[in-house]
Amino acid sequence: MIDNLLFVIFPYAVVILAVAVTAQRLIKSGFSYSTLSSQFLESNELFFGSVPWHFGIIGALTGHLIGLLFPRTVLWFNGVPLRLYILETTGLTFGLLCLAGIVSLIVRRITAPRIRAVTSRLDSVVLLLLFIQVALGVYTALFYRWGSSWYATSAVPYLRSLFALQPDVQMIAPLPLIVKAHILNAWVLVGVFGFSRLVHALIVPVHYLWRPYQIVVWNWNRRKIRGQAPRPRRQPTGVAASESEAVIGGRPAFTR
Amino acid sequence: MDVRLQISMVFHLDKCIGCHTCSVACKNVWTDRKGAEYMWWNNVETKPGTGYPTSWEDQGKYHGGWEQKNGQPDLKMGGRVLRVLNIFHNPYLPKLDDYYEPWTYKYEDLFNAPEGADQPTARPVSMVTGQPMEIEAGPNWDDDLGGSPIYAANDPNLEALTPQQREELFEIERLVFFYLPRICNHCLNAACVAACPSGAIYKRGEDGVVLINQDKCRGWRMCVTACPYKKTFYNWSTGKSEKCILCFPRLETGQAPACFHSCVGRIRYLGALLYDAEQMLPAMAVSDDKLVEAQREMILDPFDREVQAAALKNGIDAAAIEAAQRSPVYKYVKDWKLALPLHPEFRTLPMLFYVPPLLPVMAKNEDGLYDASGKELFSPIEKARLPIEYMASLFSAGNNDLVRYALKKQYAVRLFKRMETVGDIEHATVKRALEQVEMTEEEAESIYRLTSLPTVDDRYVIPPSHREEAMQMLNDDMLAEKGMAGLGFRELPVRGA
Repeated sequence: MIDNLLFVIFPYAVVILAVAVTAQRLIKSGFSYSTLSSQFLESNELFFGSVPWHFGIIGALTGHLIGLLFPRTVLWFNGVPLRLYILETTGLTFGLLCLAGIVSLIVRRITAPRIRAVTSRLDSVVLLLLFIQVALGVYTALFYRWGSSWYATSAVPYLRSLFALQPDVQMIAPLPLIVKAHILNAWVLVGVFGFSRLVHALIVPVHYLWRPYQIVVWNWNRRKIRGQAPRPRRQPTGVAASESEAVIGGRPAFTR
Repeated sequence: MDVRLQISMVFHLDKCIGCHTCSVACKNVWTDRKGAEYMWWNNVETKPGTGYPTSWEDQGKYHGGWEQKNGQPDLKMGGRVLRVLNIFHNPYLPKLDDYYEPWTYKYEDLFNAPEGADQPTARPVSMVTGQPMEIEAGPNWDDDLGGSPIYAANDPNLEALTPQQREELFEIERLVFFYLPRICNHCLNAACVAACPSGAIYKRGEDGVVLINQDKCRGWRMCVTACPYKKTFYNWSTGKSEKCILCFPRLETGQAPACFHSCVGRIRYLGALLYDAEQMLPAMAVSDDKLVEAQREMILDPFDREVQAAALKNGIDAAAIEAAQRSPVYKYVKDWKLALPLHPEFRTLPMLFYVPPLLPVMAKNEDGLYDASGKELFSPIEKARLPIEYMASLFSAGNNDLVRYALKKQYAVRLFKRMETVGDIEHATVKRALEQVEMTEEEAESIYRLTSLPTVDDRYVIPPSHREEAMQMLNDDMLAEKGMAGLGFRELPVRGA
């Protein structure tokens, strides 16, 4: 019963909450979407926190995603001990990167007065939750040596059953408490996501890689005003559809 | 020809008295907010000096602006991929201490302190942490050469001088300085726009004002590094970047920006320039000493029939073309070649131009005497206390000829007017001076008039915005596109959680 409450009802509730709040924020309150970077106030310590943390968490989450999408492949891969060791070590490395990063970020939040000035209560909650999550994950990787296989055979079917709307907690019922706590805390984080600064994970500026360097925005709609042919707002090669500004040597156009 | 219109500026440095009224006007209107206390969208610095933020011109430290890489322009801070990889920690981000930590005083202590033997004092407290702090730096800490051994001596432009010149510059009782007011240059090839991973920074098509969409800005803070003039600022409270908006709400209603409007010395000119956007990339590709001329080449003659036709075709209104014809900026930059861009070698094509100062002191001081009696006509300029090389390092990427020409021309105007009003110079001498800078007496007269006697309408020629266009801006989808505008908000600027 308690399992159903924690691992079925609670997850559905927080996912709905996360989607609703995040979308509402994105549509209604673009201003509230920011990295809220504090590098301007304190830079050196941030380097040793932010960089390992972000690369660590990107690696760790990617690992979880691969396991979720291709559990059979993971199991097959783990069939050879050497490959299992490689996978586990890789996971552990990302986990330790996260751990080192989050610990130094927490220390920085506490010790740097300028950073304390820009720390909200929710920021502290998020940091604490992330620390717990990473610590549980690293513990699993260290002391339950076949974590990746376990994940593929128990947690993944559970997650997939949630997505398929046929929730089945039987798969994770026998897991150790630490692993269950890891799963539960993940759902708590999902619940906090939309309210907190974590939303900045959604705004990774990938499109920057191919957009033109210069951006020109025209204020008024020309057709409505003066009956002129409208200049398309977003031409592929830019507002200035001149040759000199078109794609140069396979690079993105210089100007839009 | 792709004709566009740019609201452009000229600051006449000979007239700047360094009163900081512009800075205060701007501060009162725009940056008197939490997180923005340290920002001076308009600041006035003393030259020689390190400016604000400290040593902003030193791109070896800040990595701002553009450079030519394999014949292509790219940002000095690195390519696109590197920028995306650096979003977690920008290695070249200036820190708060590069500007200064803003503070206020605990004035209430003056009233609330219990009665005692000592006079109560108002202690300084940080506006970031709220804690008491020691004031170690502030805006204009090096005003009027204050602390020159630390500040002025580290001016990056002094590298252009010989050791002897440098020594002379700082000889006690022979010190020399002038003021350099700075706002955003609203560049044609703005590095901040190019560096923004979110695509939040844009140039307005109609008037070329560069703005940051506050709804799209995500605080990746690449613009702060990319702008070589350090005129984009990170608001540490809202997590958004902000910059000078050229007071566009005033421009749209035909008023000069606050800093222009309040300028006591009347050094500021504002007007429209027509330019050819197609020439932008070629103009960036030339060598340093040709940059100013290439930029001048981009600026089109508003009296040219072909230019007018192309402008109309591009949607530039006839009234705007007419404003471009009356533009004081066009006269200073293109007709008279008196005004030069600040640090053109950053290759952002800045659209704020400076008339290099003939003052503070023309001749070198020898044994306590000013020697302006050189046999050559322009010897006071060659012997200027502030070496031409220094001016050239600031305003022409090291091209001494351009600065020399601008100074000679101003000097020739002075000779011309002295002949007219004092009458102690022979007409032949003046004629020779005018010929050397290829200037007619009519031109000298109009330079004199626009420099010394300009009215408000002469200084600020703002192309009219159209009321129906202004209405358009209130359109909902326009708001969405622009995120209202540079500093405007569609919602309260509350720090996101």
